[in-house]
Amino acid sequence: MSHFLDMLFGRLGWDALPFWTMLQDHSTLSIINGVIATAAASMVVIGALVTFGLITWFGKWRLLWSDWLTSVDHKKIGIMFIVISVVMLARAVIEASFMRAQQAVGLDGGFLTVDHFGQFFTTHGTIMVFFMAMPFLTGLINYVMPLQIGARDLSFPVMNSISLGLTAAGAAIVMISLMFAPFSTGGWSGYPPFTELAYSPDAGVDYWIWAVTLSTLSSTLSGINFAVTIYKKRSPGMHLFRMPLFCWVSLCTAILMIFGMPPLTVATALLALDRYLDFHFFTTDLGGNMMNYVNLFWAFGHPEVYILILPAFGTFSEVFSTFSGKRLYGYNTLVIATMAIAVLSFTVWLHHFFTMGQSAHVNAAFGIATMLIGIPTGVKVYDWMLTMYRGRIRMSVPLVYALGFIVLFVLGGLTGIVLANPSVDYQVHNSLFLVAHFHNMLIPGTLFGMLAGTNFWFPKAFGFRLDERWGYRAAYSWIIGFMLAFFPLYALGLLGMPRRTVTFFEPAYLPWTIAAGCGVIFILFGGFSLCVQLWRSIRERHLNRVPVGDPWDGRSLEWSISAPPPEYNYPVIPQIYSRDAFMREKDEGTPYQRPDRYQDIEMPANSAMGVVIAATGFLMAFGLTWYMWWLVIASGVVALVAIILRGFVRNTSRIISAREVQETHERWLDIVNHTPGVSRAQEQTTANRGRALPPINGASQ
Amino acid sequence: MTKRTLSAEQENERQYELRTYILGYGLALILTLIPFALAAWGSLSRMTLWWVIGACALVQIVVHFRFFLHVTLAKNKREDLQLILFTALILIIMVGGTLWIMFNLYSRMMPSIMP
Amino acid sequence: MTTPTSRYPGLNLGKGHAEADNACEELVFGFWVFMMSDLILFGLLFGIYVTMLGATAGGPGPHELFEMKSAFIETMLLLTSSFTFGMASLALKYRHDKGRLVAWLVVTLLLGLAFIALELHDFSSMASKGGVPSRSGFLSAFFGLVPLHGLHVTVACLWLVALLAQIAIYGLDKGVKTGLIRLGILWHFLDIVWIGIFSLVYLGGLT
Repeated sequence: MSHFLDMLFGRLGWDALPFWTMLQDHSTLSIINGVIATAAASMVVIGALVTFGLITWFGKWRLLWSDWLTSVDHKKIGIMFIVISVVMLARAVIEASFMRAQQAVGLDGGFLTVDHFGQFFTTHGTIMVFFMAMPFLTGLINYVMPLQIGARDLSFPVMNSISLGLTAAGAAIVMISLMFAPFSTGGWSGYPPFTELAYSPDAGVDYWIWAVTLSTLSSTLSGINFAVTIYKKRSPGMHLFRMPLFCWVSLCTAILMIFGMPPLTVATALLALDRYLDFHFFTTDLGGNMMNYVNLFWAFGHPEVYILILPAFGTFSEVFSTFSGKRLYGYNTLVIATMAIAVLSFTVWLHHFFTMGQSAHVNAAFGIATMLIGIPTGVKVYDWMLTMYRGRIRMSVPLVYALGFIVLFVLGGLTGIVLANPSVDYQVHNSLFLVAHFHNMLIPGTLFGMLAGTNFWFPKAFGFRLDERWGYRAAYSWIIGFMLAFFPLYALGLLGMPRRTVTFFEPAYLPWTIAAGCGVIFILFGGFSLCVQLWRSIRERHLNRVPVGDPWDGRSLEWSISAPPPEYNYPVIPQIYSRDAFMREKDEGTPYQRPDRYQDIEMPANSAMGVVIAATGFLMAFGLTWYMWWLVIASGVVALVAIILRGFVRNTSRIISAREVQETHERWLDIVNHTPGVSRAQEQTTANRGRALPPINGASQ
Repeated sequence: MTKRTLSAEQENERQYELRTYILGYGLALILTLIPFALAAWGSLSRMTLWWVIGACALVQIVVHFRFFLHVTLAKNKREDLQLILFTALILIIMVGGTLWIMFNLYSRMMPSIMP
Repeated sequence: MTTPTSRYPGLNLGKGHAEADNACEELVFGFWVFMMSDLILFGLLFGIYVTMLGATAGGPGPHELFEMKSAFIETMLLLTSSFTFGMASLALKYRHDKGRLVAWLVVTLLLGLAFIALELHDFSSMASKGGVPSRSGFLSAFFGLVPLHGLHVTVACLWLVALLAQIAIYGLDKGVKTGLIRLGILWHFLDIVWIGIFSLVYLGGLT
């Protein structure tokens, strides 16, 4: 019997429950940590139960299945990506506040155990990079890019759904690690030999390996999908140099995903071989070499940070030009700068380990390459400022994020140039200075970019505007909170405080850690404001509807269709004559045309592949983590059979009749014709129904 | 499906493609046999032998791309070439960089591990 | 001699298969991109292998473990299978000839299976001489690189079997044709990776 149970549950035992240690060890510290861990696990369980309950209560399972989970519509998949990312963002922000709270009281102690703190910073980093930023930007590109190039879907819609499934499975693995603890304590970069079996024998590192692997596979597939879509699915006349800048950054992001993800796949796979099959890639004995891991990890890691930042650059480019009422300044230089960043990002990875022990000339070469990246980035900053110069600026919510970004990002970039100097890096390596630097890039960069993008494109996706008052509150709280929480870390780093420190014995640190702790309060208020903003917007959606679909006097193609767009995006594939295609139509007075003829539209049919891969991927990762080999084999076989059978499916598309397309389109055109235009000054009022008035006396360019 | 009769033009094309496959196979065979023969029976110095093996391998890779995968320099087939060349660039940067970094490290920290 | 033009690069179906040819454009390009991503994976493993050459930790090295003869036979098998796959592509592209196509595909499959069998035999004889991955960093790197290629060949064989089954059910329809073109790219690509393996790992190791 016990043999059977061992086979069934592998090494999963009662001690994996988050309150188990607390029951054995009654010290105050153990009880505090046990309560925190149990509360977190209960939140996951309750969250899941409430979601299930609500769906059942409202009888929405069928709708969820056929309209969302099995849908291969790029818009719905994009939204689902962003939903995953927002849920994960909430968890990772809560974890961040625990870490800040710990360090604010961390002089000679604090309330978290070392292991628990280790899990906090590991999950925080892993989630923020792989399950917050990546799904967010993937979702945003998924939603916006096909609309901007005038396509009906991505090139491989089912593969897109599989990407979503893989990310969802990885996120679920990270979530379930709260119930069956522990997670890894090796940091988001998981350096061996600490993460080898000899030093981390429990399941934590395995959770980390498989969660990250799932996410990596997902991103590789997404990258291929985006690149092929941009190459092959542009509407007629949409030359590469007529694409909106967001499409250019999508292309560069896709290229980075395609070529930047494999090193991580290799690194985690080899680490897994070490842990599971007694290989010696990174072990301390028998010829293993952990430096190979560090090298591989950052050969991924550096392209990755540009994957994270480029979509934000694209979003801000759209935001600056739209809310300045001007054409984007220096389009060509922005494109070239983006390409330059994409290529250069493959040449700098060593700056993450200047202190490894290689000679000074190797360090110098990579240090110089790193500084070079500052040049195209600087070009971009000037282009954005010159886009605003003499424009009619409207301080909308996305623009507030953009302005916060431009100031803070330049500051963070400057500290990056400082760090690019190997001799300086030796002083602050692995200190909080570094933590401050990369948060300074990624919060104003990636996160503000994504939040700006959400505020910007939300009306397009859902047909109503987001509440502005709480939007401003969120934006300003994030900006102030960020400064308060992270500028002190620069000082702490210079004072010599190492990163990932649970406690410290130097009283001089304390004022700074307390200040950083206060910053978190603002950030939490920012998060709260985002929730209120969403809640109020949904409650007052009838007042804020923008059915015509152009609430901000937009420039690119996606604003030329209804909000929300029909499943097939464009009733007739548009012909493009210039950059800023929709603005040109509006200037010439020819938007909202009635096409002469409608045709049947062939759209990809729903597919359950995404769900199957999500389920099998999750179960396989869970089985591997806990050594439940039967589960691994069973889910592996199911996945393989499903993929093979998919090859035998022949009815992969369905037809939407021309008549249906015509009816939908003409109904919308009626709405357009009956909607009074609204000037830019009134775009934040309820008068905005999504039809922008052309500006008076030709203020547009 | 019954066997099609081919037009003269199509038959020409087919003959041409068939010849490219045969030529490619022949070249690949030669380029495989040379290094194997040299390694088995040759009396070249190790360094020269490595260079010959490396050169044969590179040429054979080009042969495979050209004759089996039909990647050519023709005008309308550029995007695949661009893709392959870009991949080659990334490979050179990543793998070359890795070797540079690691062997530099070895020479400073653990010379015993240098092969 | 004029080469046939096509809407997409590399291996193609040609004008005789208008519908499948159109569908191929995106599929083939996407598959090329995937292959190139995969190539980075292999390239890095080659790099790791080279950095681990000296890490034998006192265990057996290339001279004790590798056999020139079986490496040569494996190379020939794979190279010939690439050629036979080419013949299959021609049968599909010009003749639309199912019988000939299937015959060449079966030959290709048998060569692929023979390759896998021989490679497994190699691994087991290495193991009997103490060449197992847990012995040293060098052997770990070998078993990280070479079996990954073997795994790819196995997947390609599985795919080939699945396609043969699809031919049996649907005949030469669009799905089968686009599948064969992509499998062709994979097959030739694996041969290219093998050039790297026999040159670097086997020949390089045995000199």
